[in-house]
Amino acid sequence: MRELLQQTPSLETALWFLLAAIALLAVLLAFVTYAIYFERKVIGWMQLRIGPNRVGPLGLLQTVADVAKLLIKEDIRPKNADRALFTLAPILAYAPAFAVLAAMPFTESIQFADLGIGILYYIALSGITVLAVITAGWASNNKYSLIGGLRSAAQMISYEVPLVMSVVGVVMMTGSMNLREIVEAQRDVWNIVPQFLGFCVFLVAAQAELNRTPFDLPEAESELVAGYHVEYSGFRFAMFMLAEYVYMFGMGTLITVLFLGGWLPIHPALDFIPGIVWFVLKFSLYVFFQFWLRATMPRMRADQLMSFAWKVLLPAALVNILLTAVVISWQSGMFS
Amino acid sequence: MNRNITLTNVETSSDTGIRTEEMLLNVGPQHPSTHGVFRLVVKIDGETIKEATPVMGYLHRGTEKLAEDLTYTQIIPYTDRMDYLSAMTNNYVICHAVETMMGLEIPERAQFLRLIAMELNRIASHLVWWGTYLLDLGALGPFLYAFRDREKILDLFNELCGARMTFNYMRIGGVKWDAPPGWIDKVKDFVQYMKKEIKDYHRLVTGNEIFLHRIKGIGKFDAQTALDYSLSGVMLRSTGIKWDLRKDEPYCIYDRFEFDVPTGTDGDCYTRYQLRMAEIEQSLHILEQALEQFPSGGEIMGKVPRVIRPPAGETFVRIEAPRGEIGCYIASQGKDKPWRLKFRRPSFVNLQILPKLLQGENIANMIAILGSIDIVLGEVDC
Repeated sequence: MRELLQQTPSLETALWFLLAAIALLAVLLAFVTYAIYFERKVIGWMQLRIGPNRVGPLGLLQTVADVAKLLIKEDIRPKNADRALFTLAPILAYAPAFAVLAAMPFTESIQFADLGIGILYYIALSGITVLAVITAGWASNNKYSLIGGLRSAAQMISYEVPLVMSVVGVVMMTGSMNLREIVEAQRDVWNIVPQFLGFCVFLVAAQAELNRTPFDLPEAESELVAGYHVEYSGFRFAMFMLAEYVYMFGMGTLITVLFLGGWLPIHPALDFIPGIVWFVLKFSLYVFFQFWLRATMPRMRADQLMSFAWKVLLPAALVNILLTAVVISWQSGMFS
Repeated sequence: MNRNITLTNVETSSDTGIRTEEMLLNVGPQHPSTHGVFRLVVKIDGETIKEATPVMGYLHRGTEKLAEDLTYTQIIPYTDRMDYLSAMTNNYVICHAVETMMGLEIPERAQFLRLIAMELNRIASHLVWWGTYLLDLGALGPFLYAFRDREKILDLFNELCGARMTFNYMRIGGVKWDAPPGWIDKVKDFVQYMKKEIKDYHRLVTGNEIFLHRIKGIGKFDAQTALDYSLSGVMLRSTGIKWDLRKDEPYCIYDRFEFDVPTGTDGDCYTRYQLRMAEIEQSLHILEQALEQFPSGGEIMGKVPRVIRPPAGETFVRIEAPRGEIGCYIASQGKDKPWRLKFRRPSFVNLQILPKLLQGENIANMIAILGSIDIVLGEVDC
């Protein structure tokens, strides 16, 4: 993979790139399909239900059927909606969610773009999602969508700040923004140990970024019916859903890379197990955690959400940066 | 329908020239959180509610008018459909009114069966409230746990009277069916089971920080306001007034049992949550005693004339339903049908305070406040 990336561009390499991209897309779609399936199953079991079990063996084809249904549905666009923006919004949500995955190191060899500023790339692109939400809310010309969209925008912007700040500690320890190097730096001990505070802030802020429980206000069903995508149906809705899950995939990989040691084994003695297995294990743990939260937590209130971001998470992230800075300078002998 | 709703206010700022407009948001009639076909027109400024106008009547069936053309026994199934979450208390109130007019004696066994049915129904009703309230606040799980336990009560009712919601169980002078063999033991088992479950409920929800933040200090009102709006049930008791008809005007055989009337002082959503949870425990306590003293034999129907003709005159009785005081007024002219019949429905009366509570609140609190009133639309519209 790495040699391929460094070759001079030619028709042959372009073809390889295309194939690799399609492979990643296929893996992603499979993930989304079965993430939804497992979400429904896991939450179902937690709530004394069975979950999907009709379509295909054990209900394994349920999501496939659901997506197929969405794709062949009539394309409904509200009469008074803003045509251009209404069409643009799902694409805006969808594209960045996929684009961020290019920089993710899944294992030592499987990485599509080895960027020197991997974290920055991720954060910058994921910021675009806010635009999609606010566009969708505005363009639908529906009061519920508008409130949902505005809430979402406020929430995502507010939580992006602590999210970025919580990563700074990791960057300081590694001295690099390259995601590969960040993983390599965790050979001895995973970042979750020295950066525990940062990890906690990141975990909470990520939840808000993903609009998932307990921060699922934009889609607060009981108040706003479905928030910003209330007017969306058919494949446009499918794109929003897909973007949401792909984004969750992205966040899962990021948290694995930054704090859980990426593809590294839990102990050097277990090195014989391939890195991808470790990666998938850690990643699945995070995804499961998401489902677990969803089955347990009530929703926060919009105004409390904001004060929590600015008054609790941000100070905690800043304290984390300060502590990291002090420890690093102490280790490098600045105080002696 | 839109008669009482004033138009929105449009303002143009003289400095900036920006036009601002209040937004009129229709919550309902089909909305996940209005618990039925209830419409709430809220005028919002940003996310702050300026004014809320409840619009109801979508489920109006004219029960009271229909009753004028029905014999007294025929009215009973209509009451099942008012507060469909607590049909037993509705059954009781109409029977109680007619029995009071006629001065009927109710056999001991029927009294016990009525009381057990009513208290089980109170628990079932509060369980639905607990589940749906948490659902409104965004937690999906509690709803299913509550319904699992309510299902056990419905199964018990099914065995008792063959119906799960619209029981049509009580008759003037007694009850329709005797408890099937082994039923009392099953209820005893359920009471023990439910006592454990309640602890789990508290562990899962009551201590949750997010939940507490959402309901503490929200939807507050004081005792005077509660009295002014003639609130009853938990809505009244949450302000510190200890008023429970089971204690203060005992009906059925409530005076034989020992139980507390949970009362709070804060008058907010959290107090109402706590009181309803405490009421489940008190109901279990009453059930425990009643099941212990349940008579081993006896009639389930008293001596009732073939055609029920209450003497001319009028009567008003009230009892404590899960949502508050349900009252029944009957004006009789000595015929087999009432001349006029009126129900005082607690949901309807309690709902009147909603516009006052919502004024100036955040729109996210709207759900928490509406849910804490605990309305059943079948009863509001009657």
